[in-house]
Amino acid sequence: MSNEAALHGHSDVAHAHGVDIHHEEHGHHKETFITKYVFSQDHKMIAKQFLITGMIWAILGGLMSVLFRLQLGYPDTHFQILEDLLGSKWAKGGQIQPEFYYALVTMHGTVLVFFVLTGGLSGTFANFLIPLQLGARDMASPFLNMLSYWFFWLASVVMLSSLFIETGPASGGWTSYPPLSALGDASEGSKTGMDLWLISMALFVVSSLLGGLNYISTILNLRTKGMSMTRMPLTIWALLFTAILGVLSFPVLLSGFILLLFDRHAGTSFYLSDIFLASGKALPNEGGSAILYQHLFWFLGHPEVYIIILPAMGLVSEVMSVNARKPIFGYMAMVGSMFAIAILAFLVWAHHMFVTGLNPFLGSVFVLLTLLIAVPSAIKVFNWLTTLWKGNIRFTPGMLFAIGFVSMFISGGLTGIFLGNSTLDIHLHDTMFVIAHFHIVMGVSGILGMFAGIYHWFPKMYGRYLNNTMAYIHFWITLVGAYLIFWPMHYEGLAGMPRRYLDVSGWLSFNQFGGLNRFISTVAMIVFAVQLLFVFNFFYSIFKGRKVITQNPWGATTLEWTAPIRPGHGNWPGEIPEVHRWAYDYAKDGREFIPQTEPLGSNESAH
Amino acid sequence: MIEANIKVNEQRKKIHPHKFTLWVALGSIVMMFAGLTSAYIVKRDQAAWTSFPIPRAFWYSTAAILISSVTIQMALKAFKGREMLKYRNLITLTMALGIGFVALQWLGFRSIWDQGITFKGSGGGQFLYIIAGLHAAHVLGGIVALIVMFIKAYASKMRRYNSIPVELMSTYWHFVDLLWVYLFIFFIGIR
Repeated sequence: MSNEAALHGHSDVAHAHGVDIHHEEHGHHKETFITKYVFSQDHKMIAKQFLITGMIWAILGGLMSVLFRLQLGYPDTHFQILEDLLGSKWAKGGQIQPEFYYALVTMHGTVLVFFVLTGGLSGTFANFLIPLQLGARDMASPFLNMLSYWFFWLASVVMLSSLFIETGPASGGWTSYPPLSALGDASEGSKTGMDLWLISMALFVVSSLLGGLNYISTILNLRTKGMSMTRMPLTIWALLFTAILGVLSFPVLLSGFILLLFDRHAGTSFYLSDIFLASGKALPNEGGSAILYQHLFWFLGHPEVYIIILPAMGLVSEVMSVNARKPIFGYMAMVGSMFAIAILAFLVWAHHMFVTGLNPFLGSVFVLLTLLIAVPSAIKVFNWLTTLWKGNIRFTPGMLFAIGFVSMFISGGLTGIFLGNSTLDIHLHDTMFVIAHFHIVMGVSGILGMFAGIYHWFPKMYGRYLNNTMAYIHFWITLVGAYLIFWPMHYEGLAGMPRRYLDVSGWLSFNQFGGLNRFISTVAMIVFAVQLLFVFNFFYSIFKGRKVITQNPWGATTLEWTAPIRPGHGNWPGEIPEVHRWAYDYAKDGREFIPQTEPLGSNESAH
Repeated sequence: MIEANIKVNEQRKKIHPHKFTLWVALGSIVMMFAGLTSAYIVKRDQAAWTSFPIPRAFWYSTAAILISSVTIQMALKAFKGREMLKYRNLITLTMALGIGFVALQWLGFRSIWDQGITFKGSGGGQFLYIIAGLHAAHVLGGIVALIVMFIKAYASKMRRYNSIPVELMSTYWHFVDLLWVYLFIFFIGIR
């Protein structure tokens, strides 16, 4: 009741809720195909839109990595099929051309970081879980929520279209550092492709902001009766911190992009100074600072990695507790450590700039702050392990991915301690070691967390289960494959093998890695193929999967499982459930689980 | 019954979700300008910094936006007192002052531009065009919202007494006003 009461006085919203309370079967008469599936204002449909758009991007982004791994693994081989498919401009003679290679790595980074692991991950689970787990009918503003998706869609269309223009997409790296990104004369990708990239990213920022505002407002204002902040599931805490990070850091990125646009088109020189082009031509720009862009970029860029990992952490905490049949260990420590991570996220951006001309004394401050992140991260890992400890573990696919997440997060976190040191960075920067580190700790961990969430909540989204056999194949090949791909890169990086290079075979010292590179590329292709198996499983199961017949298939305590199996717009047909306890009453008083809606017994004290 | 009443009262005290959303959005806008003004400060300490004169038009525009804050506050009061005629007149006045503000900013830019400070370079003038220009864009967004409210106030036959949209509008308007005052002081003090 509380959110309806809070919205009291706003006749439009209150009215809309009144209509949509009906169960889905009764609700059809008012909805058309357009309002239900396209311009939907139902948070559950918007979540599915984000998820499927994100999956399409993940396939494209993954395919790009397969293409450039082909180049890295087999630099001398001619694959005629590439020329047939991609044309002679990008793949002349069946070999990936340098411009195309840089475009591929740039787009792979942009797509995976922003469109999959931010839009796809936060967009899906914040939209889906926040109202359902808090006991709200919908978001604070369903309309802004719909706009958030459609801005994401527009950003996607613009980014996708940049792949098809003559000069190709942006190719200056996903960070788009000037002067390379500012000067159309500097590379093919810095021409129209870069403009489309900036437009797309600006639209993406708008989408993120609209979404983030809604998430924060909903979490803080529309909780059902009894749902105090400390009774919220950790998923919601994680999504709250994620949204706060996004709302505070994306605008700064936009500032940086605006200055970059003026440098590109209006003749300003915020980032440009004393530049000679390869043709020998001198540019008139003076007084600009390329480092300025890096500060503005990484002030978002670093929180961005927590925007990716925090939702994954939240999903994993929830899935792990449900499937270990135990309360999450150290609930308040989990919240506190996420809070610490959110604060530190804003204080460490310059560790991406240790070797780009940052004052070394300033660097030492950022080393200290960076290494401090190990503390909350370690608390979280400890709590996950102790949640598993002596648990009555059910190895569902969701649970396996959650455990895989913790494994990856530990492995990748440890190399973070290496890279957080500015002195070690002199050797390790821009090597494959960095690639290994962030792919394991952010990329693979993030995506494993997302898979944990998808496998766990798929029954709630579609009323059917994913196929378990395919899920187990998917999990084991993905986990083992991810280690096989990224673990060897640490050795390459320690030996000094640079990242971003088209071909390192000209270096005698890196010839020893020829076989290793072929191995990595082969595994990458296998892992990519297994992701297609998942995609098949996903769409097959939407229509043909085993039906969910009980309201609460996992025996979970949280509110989304008190809603009907296929909830309509408004989520609960009758009154919104009231909450009497926290989200983690598992294995308590001789019972397997006690739902949050169950009133306290006479022998219990409030939590 | 008494208990139920208390509960309703408690709910009333809670901030309206849309208002809350607006406040978070304002925080977000603040971050954008904080990013730009800190870039300005960093840049100012580096070589080849150039300054710019404060045009007289900016003083007039500041006065215009300050007065418009007063008029929108009065409009809100009139709306709550259900004096609809007064309300219509006051939001019309606010709108006019807002348009006047943007026009004066434009004149200010023109006078700086005419003194030879164009987009060439990376000094204070170039930052001014971007920062104050983005601010003006936010004011323009407010004007668009005011036009919508203006049309609603005149066109609708239905009487609306829900004050939330008017409150949201006035909060946003005071915000862009304060933001400009901050930026103006910033530009005068740090050049």
